[in-house]
Amino acid sequence: MNESSLTRASAAPSTASSPHPPPPSLSALFVAFATIALCGFGGVLAWSHRVMVEQRRWLTPEQFNETYALCSMLPGGNILNFSVIFGARFRGVLGALVAIAGLLGPPMLLIMIIGTIYAHYGEMPALRRALTGIASAAAGLMMATVAKMARPLFVNRRSIAVPLVAVATFAAIGVMQWPLPLVLAAIIPVSIGISWVRL
Amino acid sequence: MKTGAGTLLMLAGFFAVLSLFSIGGGNSAIPEMHRYAVDVQHWLTDRQFADTFALSQLTPGPNLIIVALIGFHVAGVLGAVVAMLAMCGPTGIAAYFVGRASERFKGKAWHGAVSRGLVPVTIGLTAASATVIASSADYGSAARAVTAATTIICYFFRINPIWIFAAAALLGLAGVV
Repeated sequence: MNESSLTRASAAPSTASSPHPPPPSLSALFVAFATIALCGFGGVLAWSHRVMVEQRRWLTPEQFNETYALCSMLPGGNILNFSVIFGARFRGVLGALVAIAGLLGPPMLLIMIIGTIYAHYGEMPALRRALTGIASAAAGLMMATVAKMARPLFVNRRSIAVPLVAVATFAAIGVMQWPLPLVLAAIIPVSIGISWVRL
Repeated sequence: MKTGAGTLLMLAGFFAVLSLFSIGGGNSAIPEMHRYAVDVQHWLTDRQFADTFALSQLTPGPNLIIVALIGFHVAGVLGAVVAMLAMCGPTGIAAYFVGRASERFKGKAWHGAVSRGLVPVTIGLTAASATVIASSADYGSAARAVTAATTIICYFFRINPIWIFAAAALLGLAGVV
C-alpha cells in the first residue's frame, strides 16, 4: 500500500517523461538527506526539491507537493516528517531511521562544534560584536519570511476571519506570552471550523 | 548548572511535549522554547538565547537544530542528543503512521479544512517567533536598523542569507552595531 501512490503516478501520462529509477538503497537515502541538510542553508525546502525531484527523480513534482503538504499538516519539523515518510515508503522503518539520521547527524555534529567554540570564546569582544550583528540580521530574516507567508492572507482574503486568526495567534503568543498548548487548544478548532464553513 | 539525570529528563519531557505542538515547522515553537528555557528554567540568558538562535541559523540543516544547541548548552553532547530525540521521536512516529495511512484520507473534505485551517495559526506563531527573537536580540538602535534592513532586503530580493549574515557580522566587528 505504501508504494501504490508511486506506481499510480508513474503510470499516468503526465509523468511518463520522468521515469522512476529503482528504489534507493539505504546508503543512497543517507547520502541524499545528508546532502539536503548540509546544502540547505537557511531552510531546506528548496534543496529537498532539487535532490528528490530534479537530481535523483525519486519523486515527481506532484508527489513532492503532496508529500510536503501532508508533512506540513503534521506537528514537528516539515523536513523531518518528510524524511520519515519518504524513507519508510521505500525501505520501511529502517529506511525512515536512516533518512532521519542522514538529515540530523551531520548538522548536529557541526552545531556541537560551533557550540563548543561559543562556550569558550562567546564572551570574546570581537566574537561578541560579530554575533550581535548576526543575531540582529537573523531576526530580520525571520520577519521577512513571516511577511512573505502572511501576504496572501491579507491581500487575497475572502474573509476577515482568516487574517484575524493569524493576528489573534500572534497576540496571544508574541504579546501576551501565554503558554503554547493552551493557545493552540483554543485557536486550532476555531480556525479549522472557519475553513470548514467556507468550503 | 546541574547536568544530572533530572536535567536530562526535564529536557526530554519539555521537547517531547513541545514537538507535538510545533505545527508548521520548528520556527513556530521558538516563543515557547524561549519562555521555558529563559524565563522558567533559567538555562540561558536572553542574550544567550538570541546567540543560540543566530548560531542555529548559521548552521546548515533543518531549523529545528536549535533544539540540539539548547540541549548542548544545558547538558553537553548527551543533552543535545536527548533534546533532539525528544523533539523528533514522537512526531517522527506520528509521521510514519500517517504516511502509511495517507492514501485513505486523501481527497476527503476535512483534509482540506484541516490543512487550510492550520495556515493562519502557523503564520501567527511564526510572527510571534520573529518578535521574540528580535526583542531578545535587541541591543540598540543600530542593531534595530540591521534587523529592519534585513527584513526589507529579504522581503524584496531573493538573496542567499549567508551574504547578509556575513555583512552583519562585519558591521558588528567594525563596532557599528
